[in-house]
Amino acid sequence: MKITEKPVAFYPEFERKSGPHKETTHYCPGCGHGNVHKMIAEAMVDLGINERTVFISPVGCSVFGYYYFDCGHMQAAHGRAPAVATGIKRANPEAIVISYQGDGDLAAIGTAETLHAANRGENITVFFVNNAIYGMTGGQMAPTTLIGQKTATTPRGRLEAQHGNPICMAEIIATLPATTYVERVAIGDSKHIMKARKAIRKALTNQVENRGYSFVEILSTCPTGWKMDGPDARDWLVEEMTKVFPLGVFKDESDHREGAWHRPVEPFAPAKRDAYLGAGEAEAKAEKLPLPAELHCKFAGFGGQGVLTLGLFLAQVGMRAGLHASWIPSYGPEMRGGTANCSVNLSERRIGSPLVDRPNLLVVMNQPSLEAFAGEVVEGGIVIVDTSVVENCPGLPGRRVVRIPATGIADEVGTPKVANVVLLGAICAATGAFPLAFVEQSLRETVKKKDLVDLNLAALRRGHEHVLGAV
Amino acid sequence: MNDSVQATAPFIEIDAELCKGCKLCIGVCPKGVIDISEKLNGSSYHPAYYLGRDCTGCALCFYACPEPAAIKVVKP
Ligand SMILES: Cc1ncc(C[n+]2csc(CCOP(=O)(O)OP(=O)(O)O)c2C)c(N)n1
Ligand code: SF4
Ligand code: SF4
Ligand code: SF4
Ligand SMILES: [Mg+2]
Repeated sequence: MKITEKPVAFYPEFERKSGPHKETTHYCPGCGHGNVHKMIAEAMVDLGINERTVFISPVGCSVFGYYYFDCGHMQAAHGRAPAVATGIKRANPEAIVISYQGDGDLAAIGTAETLHAANRGENITVFFVNNAIYGMTGGQMAPTTLIGQKTATTPRGRLEAQHGNPICMAEIIATLPATTYVERVAIGDSKHIMKARKAIRKALTNQVENRGYSFVEILSTCPTGWKMDGPDARDWLVEEMTKVFPLGVFKDESDHREGAWHRPVEPFAPAKRDAYLGAGEAEAKAEKLPLPAELHCKFAGFGGQGVLTLGLFLAQVGMRAGLHASWIPSYGPEMRGGTANCSVNLSERRIGSPLVDRPNLLVVMNQPSLEAFAGEVVEGGIVIVDTSVVENCPGLPGRRVVRIPATGIADEVGTPKVANVVLLGAICAATGAFPLAFVEQSLRETVKKKDLVDLNLAALRRGHEHVLGAV
Repeated sequence: MNDSVQATAPFIEIDAELCKGCKLCIGVCPKGVIDISEKLNGSSYHPAYYLGRDCTGCALCFYACPEPAAIKVVKP
């Protein structure tokens, strides 16, 4: 007895779907996405791969792919699914990675990612659901919209002179030497559908056997966007779409490439990454200094004042001390004069997020930064202010405000450019987190130009003395 | 239809509550044994139903149907 029914690679109930009706899809009646989903689910079961499949949902009507398939999922930004797929596949070559994308996603906003993933011959499977329209956003013209086709943004029909021609992705992809298998199929009549089913299975089998990049373009219907009922939409697909997008195999190197695309990409190993980034070195030298309290810092000022470098200095000191450290900058488009800030975390424990919303150490080098961030400092926190630049620095109840004319001191030492290092000295003294000699040694190793080492050390010591003297 | 017929002949089951009434199964059935109901289901669609005879179990209706669980084809 043969029973053909809902494949078990679908969840029994679509619990993640909002609202009632947890056994039906969110797709409109007659929408081709449902057919494609069904055939992918069936192939996953038959190939026994659902336990190791990662399905990447695009932006478009299929954005909720993760409602349906009982496998791994990732949601990508609009058009970026092939880039995300590349990352997942390279980090975990055992995963079967499906990049499922609509025509707006794949052939408009994501054209670059599409072409480059194909050009690299990533060992992934791309299912390109071409319904000649932006379904999700209300039926606007897509790059694949036919000449003369009426959409919300081409109410009198697409014009070649104004909007260009429908783009034939399968043909374009097939020209790239690294691609293995490229076919265009359709959710049209029964013959078309059964061919589509075969192509979907083949594209997944290729990945299982490491045969490389497979691309299946599936002409599909959008009854809602096309303003037709289900049967009329399938007729229009068969009669009109296939004229512009001919069906067939555009390239098939599958037989010559078994195992060929098993790239010698090594699985992700944190120790290797650290060595590559040089992060391991700092850890090896680390002296394991205990930290009196975790530091969550914000350094803010104008671009060019050196607040980002100050954050980096402190993060490096932390790493040399055997601490976990994070540094993340935030700045405007201007190289000089705009505002800039960075966040630094230092901890004896692993750091979950590099962001710092509530700093316990704030260092500001201009007035707007003091006003922007002073209110975020936690009670008992320290605020260090460069009073050479910040004119108005009131006390902050419950916070310790350390005033230091850092830029003025730096100028005396030799150049205002080392104001950030003066502030590093001030941080050492105010927090007591690191002994001065330890920070001096870090600076010697960090400052690249050796003739500047003495200048930086002088700036560091002056900042340190200033704060200790003031206490 | 008696039990012995049911056990030997292919048939389909359409879950009226999971059907969206798009009629795609009707268009592909080579035997013309699916039709649309006059009644509305709980989601306000007129669901498809099997006429109860002559199904060959070809499953073309299953693949033409976009819904995961609306149609089940049994071929003894
Ligand atoms: C960065 C970004 N730009 C624009 C949008 C709006 N947007 C959502 S879906 C979509 C088009 C989807 O069309 P398609 O990929 O053809 O999918 P379909 O819905 O037709 O299956 C757009 C432009 C977005 N979500 N994100
Ligand atoms: S808008 Fe179009 S593509 Fe989106 S679910 Fe409805 S029919 Fe399908
Ligand atoms: S299985 Fe074939 S014959 Fe039977 S109802 Fe479906 S399409 Fe018709
Ligand atoms: S194709 Fe499926 S959803 Fe559409 S009418 Fe037939 S059973 Fe119902
Ligand atoms: Mg589309």
